[in-house]
Amino acid sequence: MEAPAEIRVVRCGGSRITFRKAVFTLDSKFLLCPSGDAIKVFSSSTEECVHVLQGHANLVTGIVLNPSNHLQVYSCSLDGTVKLWDFTDGILIKTYVVGPSIFSIHVSKKHDGVVFLVVPMASNKSQEVYQLVALHLPRSPGQEVEAKEMSAVICDISPLPRAISFGREGEYIASAKGVQLSVYFFRKQKEYRFSLKATDKKGAKNSFPCVSCHPEDDCIATGHADGKIRLWRNFNQKKEYTYSTEQWHHSAVAALTFSPQGTKLLSGGTESVLVQWHYGAVTKKDFLPRLGSAIEHISVSPDGALYCTSHRDNKVIVIQSSLKVSAIIQGLVTGDDVQTELLIDPRTKALVLNGKPGHLQFYSLHRDKQLYNLDIVQQEYIHESGLRQYGVMQAAFDSDGAWLATVEERAEEDGGVDVSLKLWAFSDAAHSFQLNTTIYMPHEGHICSMCFRDGGETTTLVTTGRDGHFKAWVLAEDTDTQGTADCKPLSRQRWYCLWQTPSDPPPVPFVPTPGISSHWSCEFVGDYHLLTPSACCFSADGSLLAVSFREVVTVWRPGTWELLATFSQPPGDIRDLCFGRLGCSKFLLGTTTEGVLCCWNLLTCSVEWSTALDVILLQSDPLSDNMAAFSAAAGSTDLFVFKPSEPRPLYSQKAVSSGVVRRAVFAPHQEALQSCEESAQWLNRSRLYFLSDNMDLMTFSIKSEEDRILASSKQLVVDDSVALTPFCLLLGKHRQAQRNEQDPLCEQVAARTQLPQRSTAVRELLHTPAHVLPPASHLCTMFVNSLLVSKPGVRGAQESEEEDMESEKEEEMGESEEEMESRDAAGRPAIQNEAADGTASLSKGQERELRQIRKADFSWVSAALDC
Amino acid sequence: MGEFKVHRVRFFDYMPSGIRCMAFNQRTERLALARLDGTVEIFNFSDRYFQEKVIPGNDARSVEAICWVANRLFTTGLNGEITEYDLENLCPKYSVDAFGGPIWTVACNALGTHLAVGCEDGSVKLFEVLPEKIRFEKNLDRQKGRILSLSWHPSGTRIVAGSLDVINIFDVQSGHMMQRMLVDRGTVNSRTRECVVWSVFFLSDFTIISGDSSGKVQIWDSHTGTLNKAHLVSKWDVLALSLSQDESSLLAGTSEGTVVQFQFLSPTLGASEKEWVRTRTFKHHTHDVRAVAEIGTAVVSGGVDTQLVVRPLLDKVDVKSYDTGLRKIQFPHRPLVSCAAKAGLLLFQFPVQLELWRLGEGEGPGRPGHSLIVTRKPEKLLQLKRKGEDHICCSAISPCGSWVVYSTVSSIRLHRLQYDGSNISIAKVPRLPKVLRSAHQLCFSADSSRLFVASSRSTVHVIALSQSECKYLHTFKSCSGSTEPMHLLVASADGRWLAAANRACEVHVYNVRSRKPHCIVPLYGSCPTAMAIHPSTNNLLMVHADQLIFEYSIEEKQYTDWSRRVQKEGLHRLWLERDTPVTGVTFNPSNASQFLLHDTYMFCIVDQRLPLPDQKAQLYNQLTLKSLSEQDRKSYSHAFKFCKKYQPLLCVSVLEDQSVVVVERPLLDIATQLPAPVRQKKFAT
Repeated sequence: MEAPAEIRVVRCGGSRITFRKAVFTLDSKFLLCPSGDAIKVFSSSTEECVHVLQGHANLVTGIVLNPSNHLQVYSCSLDGTVKLWDFTDGILIKTYVVGPSIFSIHVSKKHDGVVFLVVPMASNKSQEVYQLVALHLPRSPGQEVEAKEMSAVICDISPLPRAISFGREGEYIASAKGVQLSVYFFRKQKEYRFSLKATDKKGAKNSFPCVSCHPEDDCIATGHADGKIRLWRNFNQKKEYTYSTEQWHHSAVAALTFSPQGTKLLSGGTESVLVQWHYGAVTKKDFLPRLGSAIEHISVSPDGALYCTSHRDNKVIVIQSSLKVSAIIQGLVTGDDVQTELLIDPRTKALVLNGKPGHLQFYSLHRDKQLYNLDIVQQEYIHESGLRQYGVMQAAFDSDGAWLATVEERAEEDGGVDVSLKLWAFSDAAHSFQLNTTIYMPHEGHICSMCFRDGGETTTLVTTGRDGHFKAWVLAEDTDTQGTADCKPLSRQRWYCLWQTPSDPPPVPFVPTPGISSHWSCEFVGDYHLLTPSACCFSADGSLLAVSFREVVTVWRPGTWELLATFSQPPGDIRDLCFGRLGCSKFLLGTTTEGVLCCWNLLTCSVEWSTALDVILLQSDPLSDNMAAFSAAAGSTDLFVFKPSEPRPLYSQKAVSSGVVRRAVFAPHQEALQSCEESAQWLNRSRLYFLSDNMDLMTFSIKSEEDRILASSKQLVVDDSVALTPFCLLLGKHRQAQRNEQDPLCEQVAARTQLPQRSTAVRELLHTPAHVLPPASHLCTMFVNSLLVSKPGVRGAQESEEEDMESEKEEEMGESEEEMESRDAAGRPAIQNEAADGTASLSKGQERELRQIRKADFSWVSAALDC
Repeated sequence: MGEFKVHRVRFFDYMPSGIRCMAFNQRTERLALARLDGTVEIFNFSDRYFQEKVIPGNDARSVEAICWVANRLFTTGLNGEITEYDLENLCPKYSVDAFGGPIWTVACNALGTHLAVGCEDGSVKLFEVLPEKIRFEKNLDRQKGRILSLSWHPSGTRIVAGSLDVINIFDVQSGHMMQRMLVDRGTVNSRTRECVVWSVFFLSDFTIISGDSSGKVQIWDSHTGTLNKAHLVSKWDVLALSLSQDESSLLAGTSEGTVVQFQFLSPTLGASEKEWVRTRTFKHHTHDVRAVAEIGTAVVSGGVDTQLVVRPLLDKVDVKSYDTGLRKIQFPHRPLVSCAAKAGLLLFQFPVQLELWRLGEGEGPGRPGHSLIVTRKPEKLLQLKRKGEDHICCSAISPCGSWVVYSTVSSIRLHRLQYDGSNISIAKVPRLPKVLRSAHQLCFSADSSRLFVASSRSTVHVIALSQSECKYLHTFKSCSGSTEPMHLLVASADGRWLAAANRACEVHVYNVRSRKPHCIVPLYGSCPTAMAIHPSTNNLLMVHADQLIFEYSIEEKQYTDWSRRVQKEGLHRLWLERDTPVTGVTFNPSNASQFLLHDTYMFCIVDQRLPLPDQKAQLYNQLTLKSLSEQDRKSYSHAFKFCKKYQPLLCVSVLEDQSVVVVERPLLDIATQLPAPVRQKKFAT
């Protein structure tokens, strides 16, 4: 069965926001970051994502402000298009179809109507040679325009945007590749190339990956692989060029930029220190250390007041020019490798996975925002290659999110491993997880898998270890001495149980029921013919535990810990085990390393069916009886969604992702979808997320859902430059309420002294261009009304009426003109009231009024066109 | 190649003196350099930086500043005198006392008519430069505080003088002070110490650039007396400045051992307005850089760590050549060690004394590359202090080891040595012939019966030595009329021939027996740096500063076939680009076709029977030859065999018993004897 076209694999949130340089808007209020296929507009003061500009079909590789209109932004993408956006309203204005993949975009004020793009050279695609081309943007009115008028500027350049910089007033463009600097002068149409020796005697690495031009002087700064910064001058001739060298960084300079005024030079690298050099007095420099992760890009706001650094751990930091951090925008941290499974926190429905080294991150998929980081290792991370440090390898939640179990490991020098199992209790008081028990070396060696028992009266954790045992851990609600005594006879192995505070009983906050100290201890140690256990899994109701030992699956009864049944399906060891859910809970599914997917019926203790499919990952949907199996085939991964009870898969798609999918998870929807398509029904309850080979978080989306989202986003029109956050709304309402409580007398005085031109309606009227305004006769009533001063006596009634209107807002949208006009009189005094208090927001009544005007406007324009 | 027993000598404690100041003469391309012990050296930059002349120092004389006036060289020092040098006789010509206390600085105007000196008492004195002498002309207005630096405006109407905490501008005509600019003392902790303006320059656009002890290079406007720009270059002192001829580049030497370059550039391309921008930083010194010179294509710097560094500016050269390499000149380009081959004695020459050492002996089964057991340790037999205040300029020991001779600029002393294995006695030969007043080079004949003394005006005196007396025989006069000093003097083994080379690159050959000049070797443009006469064939072998090798048959008065072949085929590129000049030539007594050459970093044996290396062949191929089989070895071998095991080398000579003496002076030993450098915070300390 081929996948229907309406289900697609899309990047969903969590994409890197630090892939390219962030761009400040002219007023420094917003920060634009490319993020996967979209561009995110963040407020630089509140860190909130204001808009997501969606429309590109592939990775966005660069954004620049339109030099002729500072409210617009150009973006380029690997899909071969350049798009022009209005970022204040989030509207796509124009699409220029270029053709080849675009790797970066550059503009200059001097070159009007021209954008400079880095594209692969057409002649030899295999060798990855890039060139800088000037693209003349055609001035045609259409939405989507073919732009083919290109001329090559510099050949053989680096595709990275930081290797290209425009010089003073766009007179020349500098580009760096390897150990060569090329400068192209537009007026003379001449290119100069200067190169350094690749290495010199002292072992210096001279290649420079980044370049920046001084905005006013003819000076080019280059950052080198050995940490040097060179300032080139006099480069308009082949011979007499000169440079000076400065050094602070000990490893490569990754980012380098001049401030727009040219007084400062900013540099950063793996040291995670922002260095601010004073241009002209390079011996003077300022530092901002401890930024957490390697700096990859630095950008400066047009007024030079704010700096913005992009970090390797998907973080954007906004820094004031006094080197004070003012905002941190943190994206989903996906390093080179995610060790833990993808988990869903049952409380917050957040995605949980490895974050910063030694941390677990909680990432809200719905809001596409990191909620918080949980420090698991609780040790300072040291940036040094080759240093062995603790890493979080596994994590598991119990069904209601009250307990979190984590496993951390550190490889020892002698080839051994240092493991500790930590159990965290959710504390309502602290609203976070707090450490309850640390078990040092729960198994001799690695822990293979770990799971909580979902149902049942006591919470049980089962771990399987490389030492041939599986252990069950329970929360013992008694004092520590008794706990260890109980555990001792059961444990056949040496094991340690450490309290968080070794001598005292655990402190009160960890205890679910106050007064009783509780901790985790080992209840049972099991093995099977001294084989190494691999996977373990509890059934949905918690009545059965399945543990696989090589090719044998054993089924145990938790509590009494008796062995109920064994299944075997040679050849091949069991890789993954999963119980069916809901209607299919009588089935147990297992995958083997030899490429067999096997389904056992627990009632008959026989194989129900098996199929030859090399499944690398098996996931069950907790809200339905669907299962998802990812299978590797020839460099890509296929997906099958099926019910264990049915022979036919619900959905299958070949080549979901190139490379191997290692992690996937079903996340429940906020509200269930109502899709009638049969093939898309499995997505109704929950959504399947997976991590692709290059650590992108991907998901499946249905067309109808996309349409709905698109429609809702179009309705949203931000009418003010201030980011409208929920917090701001809440605060605004609160303030308004406070104001209303104030002495009405003084308000009246304020209202009287208030000049009419401060009214937003009048301002709107005066600021709207004349050619789009309706005829003056339409506006007359409103204008006159806005000049009127309200009567103080009718305040109370007006207020109550206003509140009504707020609640009825949606219905009113469609109501007739007469009705709206009739309400105008009621709405007006409220406006003036607000204006008197110095706020600039529109009242509901006036908003309606404006909408009405817009409606009228349309009809009028069309009428004008007709005649 | 042959095997040798090697005496590895490391007990020569030669200690070069730190560089105090230097001046570059653009027209003749000569660099004059003064060291802390008062020695003045002249390097020829057009001839591979060859150290052409050395004027030995004097205890009573110190040099603080040096200045060229056309081809005349003047120095001033703390003895309060201005000294002019006789560059042909390599001695001071005359001294004039300025009567102002120690003189810290001297500067010459652009026309070369006047000298200005800055004195301890705060006066600037003007001297008129006349042919053959200088004459005091006038004092400028005297100020408080010593004058440490001076510079003339190119028009010759103004002089700027750097003093303590202040820079003064004088009008030359009236002698009055026109402008006074106070110099900031710098950071808080050094506020109590006065700021010394170590160096100052007056540019033709009336800009003044100063370097001071608070580490600043400052740019002033002399019309208004205002500071335009201050560059903080160092935490310590800026000791020296140097301006290029076209006033577009400035160098500053600092106490941290760095040389910082400033360039006069326009901040925006094509604009006429320019400013001084700090560009490059060179770090080739460990100690204070006391002197810098910008010679157009290279940066020359020297300081307390005694080495002269020539760092080419690669942007000023078109093609890679000999001149584009970094040069460090550490050792003098003349031998300081003489060896008595028959007696196994070494004579070390220091500025103020001579040391005579007997070589040790070793025994045991010798294997190539292994050291022998020392049975007799080397022994210092004698330490001979020089008389008077002048430093020794040359010395020699006779091959039999019974005569030691040395010369200062004022006298020659000959000593007779008696050594019977345990006792040593030395006696000064009392009455030397009157003609022997001073020598540029000294040499004994092979049988020790003659002493050859190269004296002034390119003459060579021949002295007969015997047990009883010391008799003047003859004087060979320069047949070409050249008056340049002789710097190389060699006698043939059979006592018939004497070859002498002078600084004008001439090589004269004299017949000692007939007491007649024999011939002049055809003139070659580069100065000979080492030569020797072959003991059996009497061919004269010469190596020049540009590394070319000539062999001249004295009897036939023409170049030998081998020499012609060398000229035709050319020498290997790597050989021609070698760093230091060859300073010694000796012959292998056991193999007549081989001779040994050595420079500071290697010695090599050249076999005249083997083919010369062609340009594609590996020049240094000893290691590859070792790994090859016997048959292949023949085809890969060429005339040059290198040994880089011993370096830096000061002398290589062959003793009578076929063993080789190599005299090394490890750089580390020199570095440990230097004073401590300024304290600097290094990265991560």
